[in-house]
Amino acid sequence: MKSAVIVFPASNCDRDAQVALKQMTGQDPHMVWHQDAVLPDVDLVLLPGGFSYGDYLRCGAMASQSRIMREVKAHAEKGGAVLGICNGFQVLTETHLLPGALMRNADLKFVCRPVGLEVQETQSAFTRKYSNGQKLSFPVAHGDGNYVADDETLNRLEGENRVVFRYAAGDNPNGSARDIAGILNEKRNVLGLMPHPERVVDPLLGGTDGQAMFESLIEALS
Amino acid sequence: MTVITPQMVREHGLTDEEYARIKRLLNREPSYVELGIFSVMWSEHCSYKSTRIHLRKLPTKAPWVLQGPGENAGVIDIGDGDACIFKMESHNHPSFIEPYQGAATGVGGIMRDVFTMGARPIAMMNALRFGEPSHPKTRHLVEGVVRGIGGYGNCMGVPTVGGEVNFHRSYNGNILVNAMCVGLARQDKIFLSAAKGAGNPVVYIGSKTGRDGIHGATMASAEFDDASEEKRPTVQVGDPFTEKLLLEACLELMATDAIIAIQDMGAAGLTSSSAEMGDKGGSGIELDLDKVPQREANMSAYDMMLSESQERMLAVLKPGREAQAAAIFKKWELDFAVIGITTDTKRLIVKHKGAVVADMPITALSDEAPVYERPYDKRSPEKESPKFDPSKKLMDSLLKIVGSPDMCSRRWVWEQYDNTVMADTVQCPGGDAAVVRVHGSNKGLAITTDVSPRYCKADPFEGAKQAVAEAWRNINAVGARPLAVTDNLNFGNPQKPEIMGEIVSAVDGIGAACRALDFPVIGGNCSLYNETNGEGILPTPAIGAVGLMHDVHRMATVAFKREGDSILLIGETRGHLGQSIFLREIQQMETGAAPPVDLAAEKKNGEFVRKLIEDGRADTVHDASDGGILVALAEMALAGDIGVEVGIAGTTVDAVPFFFGEDQARYLLSIPTAQADKIAREAQEAGIIHALIGKTIASKVVRVAREGEIALADLRKAHEGWFPAYMAAPHAN
Repeated sequence: MKSAVIVFPASNCDRDAQVALKQMTGQDPHMVWHQDAVLPDVDLVLLPGGFSYGDYLRCGAMASQSRIMREVKAHAEKGGAVLGICNGFQVLTETHLLPGALMRNADLKFVCRPVGLEVQETQSAFTRKYSNGQKLSFPVAHGDGNYVADDETLNRLEGENRVVFRYAAGDNPNGSARDIAGILNEKRNVLGLMPHPERVVDPLLGGTDGQAMFESLIEALS
Repeated sequence: MTVITPQMVREHGLTDEEYARIKRLLNREPSYVELGIFSVMWSEHCSYKSTRIHLRKLPTKAPWVLQGPGENAGVIDIGDGDACIFKMESHNHPSFIEPYQGAATGVGGIMRDVFTMGARPIAMMNALRFGEPSHPKTRHLVEGVVRGIGGYGNCMGVPTVGGEVNFHRSYNGNILVNAMCVGLARQDKIFLSAAKGAGNPVVYIGSKTGRDGIHGATMASAEFDDASEEKRPTVQVGDPFTEKLLLEACLELMATDAIIAIQDMGAAGLTSSSAEMGDKGGSGIELDLDKVPQREANMSAYDMMLSESQERMLAVLKPGREAQAAAIFKKWELDFAVIGITTDTKRLIVKHKGAVVADMPITALSDEAPVYERPYDKRSPEKESPKFDPSKKLMDSLLKIVGSPDMCSRRWVWEQYDNTVMADTVQCPGGDAAVVRVHGSNKGLAITTDVSPRYCKADPFEGAKQAVAEAWRNINAVGARPLAVTDNLNFGNPQKPEIMGEIVSAVDGIGAACRALDFPVIGGNCSLYNETNGEGILPTPAIGAVGLMHDVHRMATVAFKREGDSILLIGETRGHLGQSIFLREIQQMETGAAPPVDLAAEKKNGEFVRKLIEDGRADTVHDASDGGILVALAEMALAGDIGVEVGIAGTTVDAVPFFFGEDQARYLLSIPTAQADKIAREAQEAGIIHALIGKTIASKVVRVAREGEIALADLRKAHEGWFPAYMAAPHAN
């Protein structure tokens, strides 16, 4: 599986994503600068966590207008896989590759801790190696992870099995509607989630629950 | 030209004698710009004029020290060509006036000190002291400081891995915000600030210069009064986004060989960076302020020289490398300007709008700055051994202590800090020391900050020794070899002989402990005048320390891991209750002698425990300090969700002093019972005082023989409950 990590100014999980992809795929991902005009030929584009452009406007809003995002959109429209983690999820909603928006956490505080997740959907390139209902622990680290959308959108997401991860009951760290932690687009080739799978691929760092996401992608895209 | 009046001299924080000295050094009256430059360079904050002669007594050398005090940060050798660069610094005064920005820019400033030397910051810590919880400002200050630290560090993508938070009424009008940054570099890529050679371009990089923070260093060198809120405009404003770009751009420039010297613009901005670089390089510096990137119109030379706008660096490049450097900063969308040149005159010359506005010998700002041997009065330490109240039930006291403001869980704080970004945090906040893996290796750096100000008040010498010993112990307790410290000396007004006495004794105590433990001081910072309306803080010599472990897989943590383990207590328990948490929380007494620190026992016990961890024979270790061994056992039980049963062993000390005494040099280990006797025998042979005091058990309780038990669920509720409940209560103002 060939992959690329997009680097915006003040992306800060770009190296973590790079290390995780290298570990899981055995290949170095392309590190693509936000001003680049061309996306290399890859199977997966990863939008990493961080504070793109400082996130002084709405999180991800500036990044969604950057030059490279035109290429990322084109890649997604052609059916290429896109994974947005944390700030990357925010960029995907701002780009309208995913519906809804990510608001300030309900308690208005940044939160960093491991959270319980439940796998809701295994019919995707990102989750086929998980099992339905599987309980996972991923860390979150964000100030704006409170997923909101109108009821019609939420009903549709659920009806089309596009809610891939939910926070475990009682462990919603940000007030997200219906405990939503991660969603797919309609074509099921774009996933955005707030928790960090790339921080749980090494047993020394609090678990390996994130490995199956990369294994799923390798199986689906190689 | 502005005529300098005695009023202006006073407003610049200079004494009449100091002003006379300036005139003597210049052979004339200073210009207004020169007066400003002298005032910041001669401020306590920049010149260390009250402490310099005492700080010289600290041990600063060891074979593994690559750079001691005097640069932006200290550097140690951690093997394989790797270097660890670290420092701790205070941002106390600004944080009291404007907690969010004060704390945020404190984080930004210390990060720049570390990355200006070529290191990538890999971990942050902070030591925070607030006023008593009932004080109307405390909640607002806690909230703002924690948000500020998180707001800056999280955006930078550097994990904040731990620290300290304490409350005491002596900080009601003067909180302490001490931030520590630890970075990683290659030993052959360390950058210093000596601007050697003449004719080299002096370049400005980073943010534009505005009028913020003018005279911040002078503010940090004065006492507070009720009017200090008016100083809000002197607090700088942080922009972590720009700092992140500055970090990446600087590291990119450092990968070339274009740089001769580089230094961040921290306190006293352009003034101190240019003067210090020229001073260390033995050169002169000529600046043209018209070339300085400016955020506001019509800035005067005085404004520009004294601005403390953040996220700026000054560098001296090899001639002809300007275009190469400019391209890097253009990529990162940062300002870059050649604003001057190095000379061989050893003078700092500042030009603005075609006129020379300052022309002074650099040594007048550095070597010739006043150094004071201030009179001091070392009062005799407290010696009393307070009586404990035997009617207090042991288990009730435990429950109350684990839920008290100073001893409860700090989860509310650390969950607001990204502590796992960079994917190398192998031990998160909540243990004895945080451990961060050296990227791409099995090595780990253990990091801690420690001081018990109440001990330092009772006995500044023993208290400062204790701070060093506890830092040393915390690093041993995770299985790392302690290597070096950075000290952050927070005290009141040094012009009061009793305060100066505290400073001198504390420095002596740090020196004694660091010498005995082979634990050199490689950098530090002094924050004096921490007084409001004449009321000083508890003496707070915070110690930040770093240690190295060769295999993070063998790291120890505090959490119990198995039922049926034996509990081994290493170190002597005499039941020292003076200045203990027990006395303060249960008997409302802040009295007695500070616990004495036997440095020989510290060394022997610490090395014994570390060896067990390194050999893979112990994986569960906790130092016993604040609150004594019962509190430590409760913390181990809560962390592992495994119960424990203990009794008094190896001594005739009563239950309260045995379980709540704060004797030093002690560790608690949980080891598989099959190996316990052998390890105890080895301790015996090594002449180490020890006792097997109990076992981990299947029942989820902390049980003390003949005293009773308490459920982990109840302990957890109390331990986790205080902070969120306190912060959720309505604000008083």
